[in-house]
Amino acid sequence: MTIFREPDYGTPKRTSSEMVTLVIDGDSVTVPAGTSVMRAAELAGTRIPKLCATDSLEPFGSCRLCLVEIEGRRGYPASCTTPVEAGMVVRTQSAKLAELRRGVMELYISDHPLDCLTCSANGNCELQDMAGVVGLREVRYGMEGRNHFDKASAVAPDVSNPYFAYDPAKCIVCNRCVRACEEIQGTFALTISGRGFDSRVAAGTNQPFLESECVSCGACVQACPTATLMEKSVIQMGQAEKSLITTCAYCGVGCSFKAEVKGNEVVRMVPHKDGKANMGHSCVKGRFAWGYATHPDRITTPMIRNTIDEPWRKVSWEEAINHAANEFRAIQAKYGRGAVGGITSSRCTNEETYLVQKLVRAAFGNNNVDTCARVCHSPTGYGLKQTLGESAGTQTFESVLQADVVMVIGANPTEGHPVFGSLLKRRLREGAKLIVIDPRSIELVKTPHVQADYHLKLMPGTNVAIANALAHVIVTEGLANEAFVAERCEDAAFRQWKEFVSRPENAPEATAAITGVPAEAVRGAARLYATAGNGAIYYGLGVTEHSQGSTMVMAIANLAMVTGNVGRMGVGVNPLRGQNNVQGSCDMGSFPHELPGYRHVSDSTTRGLFEAAWGVSIDPEPGLRIPNMFEAALDGSFLGIYIEGEDIAQSDPNTQHVEAALRRMECVVVQDIFLNETAKYAHVFLPGASFLEKDGTFTNAERRISRVRKVMPPLAGMADWEVTCALSKALGYPMDYAHPSEIMDEIARLTPTFHGVSFDKIDALGSIQWPCNDEAPDGTPIMHVDHFVRGKGRFMLTAYVPTDERANKRYPLLLTTGRILSQYNVGAQTRRTANVVWHAEDRLEIHPHDAEERGIADGDWVGVASRAGDTVLRATVTGRVQPGVVYTTFHFPESGANVITTDNSDWATNCPEYKVTAVQVVKVSQPSDWQQRHRDFSARQQAYLKGQRQPGKDRVDA
Amino acid sequence: MDIDNLVRMANRIGDYFAAYPDQAEAQAAIAKHIQMFWTPQMRRELLACVAQGSEGGETHGLHTLVADAARKHLAQPATTGG
Ligand code: SF4
Ligand code: SF4
Ligand code: SF4
Ligand code: FES
Repeated sequence: MTIFREPDYGTPKRTSSEMVTLVIDGDSVTVPAGTSVMRAAELAGTRIPKLCATDSLEPFGSCRLCLVEIEGRRGYPASCTTPVEAGMVVRTQSAKLAELRRGVMELYISDHPLDCLTCSANGNCELQDMAGVVGLREVRYGMEGRNHFDKASAVAPDVSNPYFAYDPAKCIVCNRCVRACEEIQGTFALTISGRGFDSRVAAGTNQPFLESECVSCGACVQACPTATLMEKSVIQMGQAEKSLITTCAYCGVGCSFKAEVKGNEVVRMVPHKDGKANMGHSCVKGRFAWGYATHPDRITTPMIRNTIDEPWRKVSWEEAINHAANEFRAIQAKYGRGAVGGITSSRCTNEETYLVQKLVRAAFGNNNVDTCARVCHSPTGYGLKQTLGESAGTQTFESVLQADVVMVIGANPTEGHPVFGSLLKRRLREGAKLIVIDPRSIELVKTPHVQADYHLKLMPGTNVAIANALAHVIVTEGLANEAFVAERCEDAAFRQWKEFVSRPENAPEATAAITGVPAEAVRGAARLYATAGNGAIYYGLGVTEHSQGSTMVMAIANLAMVTGNVGRMGVGVNPLRGQNNVQGSCDMGSFPHELPGYRHVSDSTTRGLFEAAWGVSIDPEPGLRIPNMFEAALDGSFLGIYIEGEDIAQSDPNTQHVEAALRRMECVVVQDIFLNETAKYAHVFLPGASFLEKDGTFTNAERRISRVRKVMPPLAGMADWEVTCALSKALGYPMDYAHPSEIMDEIARLTPTFHGVSFDKIDALGSIQWPCNDEAPDGTPIMHVDHFVRGKGRFMLTAYVPTDERANKRYPLLLTTGRILSQYNVGAQTRRTANVVWHAEDRLEIHPHDAEERGIADGDWVGVASRAGDTVLRATVTGRVQPGVVYTTFHFPESGANVITTDNSDWATNCPEYKVTAVQVVKVSQPSDWQQRHRDFSARQQAYLKGQRQPGKDRVDA
Repeated sequence: MDIDNLVRMANRIGDYFAAYPDQAEAQAAIAKHIQMFWTPQMRRELLACVAQGSEGGETHGLHTLVADAARKHLAQPATTGG
């Protein structure tokens, strides 16, 4: 295998129904109207030299290297900025052109250091290539003139960004980086400062990159044709030898990456141009924050211990797995078949998740399996199934490029789903309208060249009231798409719903008192969404993580149906999934009530199918959900758990409750790459593999199944799917697979929406959006096109029921939580990378008003207390949050954000209400009791990892 | 399991379906939801609480709509499984 370089057509693809035929170097070429001469030539197999053009960016026409001759035209037009015309006759090579191009190159090279042999871009530099192509042999001006590179003039490189360096001495001022930051990323962090000879690239207001508004997405580095902007890993290690296409293991965008490797070492991760989820873009996490995979904290030997108050003992795989199996069987013998269960994670591949639920159902013999989607998107699964008939988003990401109005509810795409955020910003710059429904002023509300038309800044916990008010306006002002509803939806349910939302209590004037949003803004937003053309809704955990999460998901589906915004490009209901494989882990049957493909365990036909394939009988009753597991543990009826890739002790609400439940269990088996918070309560530790160490598939928020490919062997010797197989075998239920592709084959056999999926097919197509079967052999980009999956769409009633978490005298503020661009969820991965330079601690955002009232200044330590617990964070005083609302992220365990969150949860799915907790905030001078205990406990568990027992402190409870 | 917690969860389910004007439909939907998503043990404990309420005992605040739904539509689960 060698390194794969995608072809560069010089200018972006154009689509047009009109085709244009021209002649280039004697050959006839036909391309869509609007295509550049450069691209047409490249498509015909003729490469025109270029420097400032690349096909990810609009042409700029500054380098003058791409000159051509066109019959009947004077001079030498630049082929990158010249669109094709019918009958055009173009010559790309002539003696004159060669002379002109050499002249251009000569000028460039006269101000460029001649250190190609020691340059980090050596072997992968477009300037070098072009010098070769034009046959540059001498630089007549010499290298001694005024320049940017010699000792006297060179400016020191900017190495402030942890991942890439900027060396102005090598810059050819082609402007590609500036355009990449604008057009692809949409951050506008770069400019060309100065004029003529003095012009240079500048970040921010001539700041170091790190201090500028740069978000380190890497688009400029990718676009730079020279070594000016270069990954530090390449500077250090040199160019890679081979590359493999794989999928980012962070967020639900599921970006496709080219992993460039040397031996077993990753040199860099480059966004894959043909990746359909990201189209060549990336964010700082996937692009740069992969170093955790080889972090010294990785645990690579299996370990066991009898109690959590003693040191770990390193053992063989065999011993660890047999020990775990014996413990599970002993617990079942003593307390019953249902006393054990498993938790899978959205960080696992489809194949791994499938195996864990299979192990629970076939080897444990119960349905006590759940996944972390319980705590994020379970309401999406429930709500979309009830209304539309399938537990998944309806669109492709690309669909947003055809949206006319976008409604973003409880999501923060530029931080949480950055690559989608960039795509959305691009569409907004092109003129699409924007409605933001969020208690905070997220970046999208106002960012360069983007401003929300409406920001409905509601009080946390009042989503449903707002959605009902929007529906009220649409229905009572006659904006409903009656024709669509009549044709596509259940009539009786619609009429009932229409009556319901038309009631005066749902009018925006009435809900204003609940939501805090003025009626006029709600009316304006509703009119805009219903009438502006294609309306697309994107939502996140700010919708689902509420006591009415499922109700809100259904309310969103109602809005899309009543306006006819389902079933084509540019519209739809789009859940932005938190983790890379949330969709997949749900698809794979990891909920306690569902077999793969969202089929209820009580359905005997489906059960029969799996029973025949697995050779066991399957329990027809639903099993325990994660929060039920904790309750049952405290009850003494659930005592053993197998947790793969999930950190419930940090990520689940009411930490102290979770810790108490874990402490109560007799056998906690954690399979993970680090000693995470949960592993501190474990009895068996099975070392996991990172995404770089295994084969499998992830399914992103668009239902897109993409391959994860192994670029290095598992550090601990076993891939996660092999570990689950071994555990199952030790439990007396052998599962035999030679390769993860065989697991996918089994999934495909047993799941109608996956019938057509196989590794071979994914390899052939690049990626596949399910359903993929006989009816849709190449997958299904847009769902519900002619009819809803459930037949007719069903409107569901969505009465607003206030949450129990209400601000009161004792806890007068509402805490809501979210994430930040540079850190990822519990942070186990990103905290172990240089991403900490952007975010080294979780902070509490508080409005100046509330801060002043409490004597809190920016940077002060503040205690945050709820009825569940209290913690201490540093305050950021900011107007981003509204008075009465405070906000924090939850990336660091010591912050204890979830010590404060309560066990209040969504009525339908028990998804915790992370987004609303009534709290009080006071200025303090020391950490909370929990934090002090947590610190001691963690120190102690770290010592146990080294096999030490701390004298005198035999037991420390956290 | 903690009965107060189970009752709280059941009431929340009731709160959602209470919006449906047809009481019989709402009750059937409440029971179906509990049947589909709760383990047999959780259902047993809820039914025990309902039964206790029928006899004038402690209901832990279980809403009437939910209690009625359980009485009418929720079958006592077989004793197998947790
Ligand atoms: S890394 Fe991204 S945000 Fe930063 S300057 Fe480059 S393109 Fe702009
Ligand atoms: S830094 Fe690179 S991309 Fe930017 S202007 Fe200089 S050479 Fe071009
Ligand atoms: S974290 Fe998300 S947006 Fe960033 S590279 Fe990975 S998949 Fe793409
Ligand atoms: S490539 Fe056309 S002007 Fe630079």
